[in-house]
Amino acid sequence: MNRRGFLKLSVKGLAGIALAKGLDEIVRPQEGLAAAKPVRWVFLVDTYKCIGCGFCVKACKLENGIPYEANVSRTWVERYVITKDGQVFADTPKAARDGFTTTRIDLGMGKYREIKKEEIGKAFFVPKICNQCDKPPCVQVCPVGATYQTADGVSLVDRKWCIGCGYCIMACPYGMRFFHPVYQVAEKCNFCYHRITKGINPACVLACPMSARRIGNIKNPEDPVAKVIMTQRVEVHKPEYGTNPQVYFIGLSEEVR
Amino acid sequence: MVLEEAWTLKELFVYPNEYIYWSIQIVMYPFMTGLVAGAFVLSSLYHLFGIQRLKDIARFSLVFSFALLFVAPLPLLFHLLQPQRNYYVFMTPHFTSAIAAFGVVFFVYASIVASELWFLYRKYFVETSLKLKNQMSRSLPEKIKYLVCTVLTLGAYDIDESTLRKDQSAIKILAGVGVPVACFLHGYAGFIFGSVKANALWMTPLMPVIFIMSAIVSGVALCMLTYIIAMEIKKFVASRKRPFPPYPSQEEIKGVEVHVVKMTSRYLIFFLIFSISLELLDLAFRGYTAVKSWDILRSIIYGKDFINIFILQYTLGNLLPFILLLIPGLTIRRAVPSLILVLFGVFMMRWNVVIGGQSFSLTFSGYLHYHLPLIPYDYETFKEGLFGALLIGALPFFLFWALSKIFPVFDLKESH
Repeated sequence: MNRRGFLKLSVKGLAGIALAKGLDEIVRPQEGLAAAKPVRWVFLVDTYKCIGCGFCVKACKLENGIPYEANVSRTWVERYVITKDGQVFADTPKAARDGFTTTRIDLGMGKYREIKKEEIGKAFFVPKICNQCDKPPCVQVCPVGATYQTADGVSLVDRKWCIGCGYCIMACPYGMRFFHPVYQVAEKCNFCYHRITKGINPACVLACPMSARRIGNIKNPEDPVAKVIMTQRVEVHKPEYGTNPQVYFIGLSEEVR
Repeated sequence: MVLEEAWTLKELFVYPNEYIYWSIQIVMYPFMTGLVAGAFVLSSLYHLFGIQRLKDIARFSLVFSFALLFVAPLPLLFHLLQPQRNYYVFMTPHFTSAIAAFGVVFFVYASIVASELWFLYRKYFVETSLKLKNQMSRSLPEKIKYLVCTVLTLGAYDIDESTLRKDQSAIKILAGVGVPVACFLHGYAGFIFGSVKANALWMTPLMPVIFIMSAIVSGVALCMLTYIIAMEIKKFVASRKRPFPPYPSQEEIKGVEVHVVKMTSRYLIFFLIFSISLELLDLAFRGYTAVKSWDILRSIIYGKDFINIFILQYTLGNLLPFILLLIPGLTIRRAVPSLILVLFGVFMMRWNVVIGGQSFSLTFSGYLHYHLPLIPYDYETFKEGLFGALLIGALPFFLFWALSKIFPVFDLKESH
């Protein structure tokens, strides 16, 4: 090949690469889809409806392959008992996997506290789930990018890429993350991403007998969950951390930790 | 079934997934990087500012810093649940994470220390290589030494006056660049903790500065201590080899030793004051502003961790050695326990930050108790237990011993 031929071929080659790259930028299938039908998954928890049965935790563990006996869980239910003299008691025995089968409050280290009915000022349950924050600190601190946020707002973990340093666990103000006892990598609630992307409800939503847990798309004005969030008074958990959480609560109380 | 249950106990209201995830190896990590940075800063005080009184310990510290450097990333590696994936940090560094910078900072620092060492010992390599080359017959150790020194000359045999002067200025530049890099290496270890907004005890912009100051304290203390031990061994050898004229007498060694220790201890006290002031400032500020998290922090600092913080760290690890080192007429016998206490104090500071920061729940209404696994019953309890930590703590000394075979660390003739 002479010099002229070589230069011609080089220019053609470069032009081809540039064109391919440009086309990729112009027509990205995922972005095209997202633009046509924008999705941002959000969750709505109505604490008034929760009865503390723990079906959600059970369903989650089974659906997502979290060892049943392991003391870690992607979701849990908290019980709050506030006495008339202002003392706050809270517990979540075994993440409330079996519900709340006793009136005694679990104080840890094998200790329990029985509170008399007449002492109780108010008592309620609060289901907890990953907040799928808009600004997730767990994604920010991952040193290898093994955890990432999808375009529809859910933070996921790549089990093949996580090095197991635990920095994300430290960074989450909600204590949502843990190490998977079998895979030995970071694990968290992902709103059952494998289900919601196919249009099926998450396991916990499906299992809840009281419809205390609901999932929706905040970008769709017709979505019933979006409507509630837009038109009623809702709260998010620990907004002071600046994470912009996307799980909305009805009836979240000042005592909730 | 959950790994961390082996050393975590929960009290009162704690979220189900909360455990002490960062245990003893993460205590060792800032402790070891602190020693690296401290040892380097000590050597730079001579190379950069020409503080002649530190000349003797400066070379020693630089080699020791190099030995420590290789051990510093090991606790992190040990701690990973997927240690075989460690190189992902270099392959796909995610730069919004403080840990991702580790690879870059570490290698920059390592190359600075390595090149400074090379410039410092180049003359020695060339001389040794040439001397052994001209030797008729060489024993096996001599053969190895010849090979190592010849390779380490990197083919540069030029050691006339003007070249050596250039070497000197190169050392100065490297020491100058090295100090901020060393501070960055450790300051960023502080940043790893200080930037975790979810942790009420860790989150303070003072954290990197506190870490750097205590790093220098621990590095200087360890260098002094190792220096004393090495000199004592020298003395012991000298007492046996005295009849042979080239060997210095016991008294000569002792004279040098006491002088160096006295000089260095002044710098140690200086940095110790800085370090304690910053820590107390942090504590005072937290107590005075008393934000939401202060209730639980107070119960940790003045309650559950009182002995760890006020007795072991501040009293035994800071105040006592401070007084011991300040009393005039410092002797080796007094310096040794003071230095051990200083090192212990810095270790306790790391402990109280890493473990203390995880000993209260994110709920602010519960506690987590840490029990260091003493007797291992599987690999995990070994590496996250006492023996894993001791292994990491002992490694730099083996490395230093190996390095001292290559670099003439204790050249008394020159230092005298």
